[in-house]
Order: sequence, then structure tokens, then C-alpha cells
Amino acid sequence: MTTDNVTMWRELDIDLKSHDRLLGALGPIYQQIYLSQRNRPEGMGFFDFVVGDIHGIRVRELREHAKNGGKVVATYCVFVPEELVWAAGAIPVGLCAGTQFSVPIAEEVLPRNTCALIKSSFGFKLGKICPYVQASHLIVGETTCDGKKKMFEMLGQYQPVYVMEVPNKKTAASRQLWLEEVRAFKGVLEKLTQNEITAENLSAATQLTNQRRRALKRLYDLRKARPVPISGKDALLVTQVSFYDDAGRCTRQVSALCDELDKRVAKGEGVALEDAPRILISGSPMAIPNWKLHHLLETAGAVVVCEESCTGTRHFSDLVAPGSDGLDGALNTIAERYMNIHCACFTPNNERLDDIVNLTKEYRADGVIHYNLQFCHTYANEAVRVEKRLEEEGIPLLRIETDYGDEDTGQLKTRIEAFLEMLRK
Amino acid sequence: MICAGLDVGSRTIKLVTLDGNDLKSQVAATGANPLKRCRELIGDNGYRRLVVTGYGRHLVAPALGGEAISEIKAFALGSHHLFPGCRAVIDIGGQDCKVIRLSADGTVQKFEMNDRCAAGTGRFLEVTAATLEVPVGSLGNLALGATRQITLNSLCTVFAESEVVSLIGRGEETAAIALALHEAIAVRIAAMSKRVNIAGKTVFAGGAALNRCLGRLIAEKLAIEMVIPDSPQTVGALGAALLAREGD
Ligand code: SF4
Ligand code: SF4
Repeated sequence: MTTDNVTMWRELDIDLKSHDRLLGALGPIYQQIYLSQRNRPEGMGFFDFVVGDIHGIRVRELREHAKNGGKVVATYCVFVPEELVWAAGAIPVGLCAGTQFSVPIAEEVLPRNTCALIKSSFGFKLGKICPYVQASHLIVGETTCDGKKKMFEMLGQYQPVYVMEVPNKKTAASRQLWLEEVRAFKGVLEKLTQNEITAENLSAATQLTNQRRRALKRLYDLRKARPVPISGKDALLVTQVSFYDDAGRCTRQVSALCDELDKRVAKGEGVALEDAPRILISGSPMAIPNWKLHHLLETAGAVVVCEESCTGTRHFSDLVAPGSDGLDGALNTIAERYMNIHCACFTPNNERLDDIVNLTKEYRADGVIHYNLQFCHTYANEAVRVEKRLEEEGIPLLRIETDYGDEDTGQLKTRIEAFLEMLRK
Repeated sequence: MICAGLDVGSRTIKLVTLDGNDLKSQVAATGANPLKRCRELIGDNGYRRLVVTGYGRHLVAPALGGEAISEIKAFALGSHHLFPGCRAVIDIGGQDCKVIRLSADGTVQKFEMNDRCAAGTGRFLEVTAATLEVPVGSLGNLALGATRQITLNSLCTVFAESEVVSLIGRGEETAAIALALHEAIAVRIAAMSKRVNIAGKTVFAGGAALNRCLGRLIAEKLAIEMVIPDSPQTVGALGAALLAREGD
């Protein structure tokens, strides 16, 4: 660990002791889960490097940006339109909140029966262990679930928080409400950054984010190949890193990785055995470093070929269409793009059921795992309809509800292995 | 040549050996060193092929040169062999319970398992039997003799225990409390079975199947035909041994 990093963390008021323990734990886990994989694409080197210095380089870039008068805006959900943030000259970072490490700290305040994602994020702030939180000037929340709504109120006692209202239905009135929310967010960002958002800078920002979406889409398309050229774990990591890395650099790195994978596919080279069961995972997002389910599956001999989740297809599947008439038009198309996210916070959310069926076919998955974090009511309840629909379609499904802890690993292994035995027969 | 199946459970280890059609089975407590216990069970007999299932399968299989399979598959294989027409399995073991739906040829179609909680497992019966100061083996017969019906509010092992304590304090009939405990498990297992949509002849396996009261209550709730093997505890080990023989 460089002394530079330590100085920076001190400046950010990080609790160094507990932070040391977090990083100390992450190293061996990463070694065991990632670096021990065989036949990894070379292009993963960049992502290994980013994770290896997870609280270093990127945080330093954000600090440099801030020293030059720029702002950093932290988000938790793919509903917050990042084009606007870039357009205002600020840098968006998607916060991670995928570790058990900060959960006990949060449980000193929050009810235990709250989803791990909420507890993990709140614990990061409470424990002062996440430099990204510490380095951000504004945290932007949303109203996608009740637990988060209330957590944001408490988070606001520590740091400036702004909450966007995401509607629950997709009626004309809801769409109008969301458009107003997008407009209001523009105002908030302009005030924060003292920069005006114009048709020009918004169009440039949209190109930036669309390019990254295209690159990620290309990566996912390559996973349709049989044998699959990249492990599910690696692909998930790329998606996770794309939430906080610089958008332009991320696009270049993902593209380079895809060039390499293109060659693999042409040669018929893969990371898993030809007959390894191909799995689609659908459900709650998996924030870094939540690699639990992928690791269990791939250790048991399966390969994950797609994630229908916000750390998966929902993150990039729709592009923002080019706006026609100036700034207003651009804001409209941005609002529309985001209203197309098929999150379980909507009712009804039939499009998600169609997505799962279509993706299963496109990615030639042998089975689907529905994944939800414990105490996440929207996804847990929607799973009932997912199950019914997949049964009608004849697609095998396993439902898994878990959190970030390790205590249920034995149970999960048994269920996963039994599911794979079912698919293999 | 001998083919062996081991079911390394959290509380007991089961060994089934097949020498042609000659079947032998043994059961022992798991204890603190399951691998050692497995070696003792096998003794000097040796085996040609070994398949290991159960909670400790990944610990034991590599050490003894066997193949590991899930309990789901093992119970499906064992049940289908014992009752070729069966279409479902309910297994209640020491720390977990599972419900499996089978196709006509015995392959697994769908299954559910309890999560990390011990409600609805053998552990639940053990804890509450201790509170009632009744040996767990006679809990079922005691319950069958109940003259009154009461309901337990809690399914959680920890809360049920304190509920039982307060029922005792109120002077409730021990048999009625025992019956209520069985009811609580049966309700839970029935709900799980409905999620898996089981129908047809159902095998009740696992240590808890020795309890006649439990089997009767579950069968009533689900309105299914239930069959109980002579040795319900060793169905998983039998499935493993059959698989070992198949690959022989
Ligand atoms: S699942 Fe819903 S609430 Fe969660 S990140 Fe995705 S869109 Fe946001
Ligand atoms: S996983 Fe579910 S409960 Fe947790 S923050 Fe997301 S929507 Fe809310």
C-alpha cells in the first residue's frame, strides 16, 4: 500500500484501521475467486489491476477532479441518468455496497431484516470505510424500494443526499412525473456544479454513455458463443467496474477485451467444458465484491452466460435515442430510455418476464437461477410469477434467496449441484 | 464386487454396500470427525466404487476416492428403486428437509429445500422433545395419544421452545403439546410440497419418517398416498450405492 494512498485516505477521513481490515480481506478473496481461474482472457488484466488498487487510482482521479473544481456524484441505482451528470462536468460513480464487511456496522442502527445492499451501503458511510462515498459531493438516491427510501433519509444526516422519485407504474402520468424528475435533476446538478447543461454537452455525454453501453452489449453478445469465451465471474466483474471507472477508458478496455474474445470465438476456444450447463441469472443486482453465486456455480462446473439484472443487461440494453429538438428533446429521450428499465419496482412488470424468456433463448441457457437478496420484497415476490412463466415455457428454474454472508454456502451448494444434475441428465 | 454409497449427514452417517444384490447398511453418529467415522464404517471391507452424498460429501469423496452427488439426486435414485411408481420424495433429516418431484422414470423435475433455518427439520423435534423431557423416538407415539388439540404460534425452533415452556407452565397435556409440535412441522412441509406441486405416490424418507405421527399428518394435509421405506434413514446412501453400481 503506497503512503500516497494512506495520506489520501486520511484526508478523506477514512477510518484507517477498519479500512485496512477490509482491503486485507479482499486480497485473498480475489486471489481465490478470480486469479485462480484458468485460461482467463488477457484483457482481464486491466480489471484485475483496477480491483487490485480499488481504493487508490480511481479515487485519486476523482480527487484531482475535485481539486480542479469538479464535482463527484454518487448513485446506487441504474435509474439515475448519468448522462446529465457527465454533461454538467461532474463524474458519476455507482457505489458498490456488495460486502458483508459493513453489514454489522449498519445493524447497529438499521433493522436487521433489511436487505444486505442497503445495510452494506449504510455501513460504509457509518463506518467511514468507502473512499468513494467520502469523495462524493452529492449522493443521489431514488424511490425504487421502501428500505432505500428510508435509508437515504438517514444518510442525509451525514452527507448531502438528493432523492429522485421513480414512479411505480408506466402510465402517461407516471412518464410525465419522471420527465419532471429528470428536469429537476438537471437543475440540481447545475446548481451543484455551477455549469449549465446544454443540448451540446448533453449530446456529447450521451455519446459517451451510449458507447460504453454498446461495448458492454458486445461483450455480452460474445457470451452467446458455445463454448463461452469468458467466465461469468469475469464478465460480471467488467460490468461492476463499469459503474465507477471512467466511461471513456472503460469503453476502450472492454472493446480491447472483446477483440481478444472475438479471436477466441473464431478458434472455438472457451473457458468451460463444452457440456458445462449454461446458466442465466435473473434478479437483484450484484454489487462489487458480491461474486458469491457466480463463484458457487462456476466451481460446481456450470458457466454463467448472462445476468438479467442491473449489474447485467438492464445496465446497457437500451441506448438513449438521439434527441431531435434541442435540449428539451434530449431530456425527453433520456427520460424514455430510463423508463424502459424493467425493474421489479414497477407494477405490472410483465416485460421482465418476456426478457428472461428471450434472453434464455438468445444466450442458449440451459437453466435460469432467480436470485434475490433476502428481504428484497419486490424481487422475492416477482419470483413467483417468474417461476410460473418459466414453467409454462419449459425452462428449468432454481430460486435462490441469500445475502452476503457465508453461513448458507453449504445449503446453496447442495441446491445448486442438484439443479446442475437436473440440467445435465 | 462391492459398490458403496455413503450419506454423510450433519447428525448421522449412513453406509449402504451392494455386493451384487446383497445389500448391507449401517448407521453411525457423525461426531466431530466425519472422515474418520466413514473410514471406520467401511472398515477392511473395501469397495470397488464409491459414491458419496450428504452435507459432508465434498470432504469425504476426494479423501476416499469417490464421486460426490447431491442429496436430492441420491434420494430420488433410492426412492425410485424402492418404489418404482413413486412420483415424489419428502425427506426430513437432522438439519434439513427437502421435497422432490419426480417424473415417471424417476428423474428429478423440481425440488425445494429449507433455507438455513432449522424449522421443520429433525432438529426442531429434538429440541422440543428435550424441553418436554421425552425421548425423541417416542414423541410421535405420545402425540398420537393426545386428547386435546392446541396450536403452536411459532415455527421457529428458538421461539417454539419458549412457547412449549409456557404451555407446560399452563399445565397443558404433554401429549397435546407434542401433537401441536408435529402439526407445526407438517404445516411447513405441506406448504413446501405445494410449492413443488407434488402428486401421486410419495416416499417419506429420512430419520423423521420413523415418526408415525408426522407421516400421518403430512399425508392427511396433502391428501396423498404416502409410503415409508423399512429403513427410511438409508434411502440416500442406497441411492448413492445404486449409482456406484450403475457405473461399475
Ligand atoms: S433493481 Fe431496481 S432499484 Fe435496484 S438498481 Fe436495479 S433499477 Fe435500481
Ligand atoms: S435489493 Fe431490493 S430491497 Fe435491496 S435495495 Fe434493491 S430493491 Fe431495495
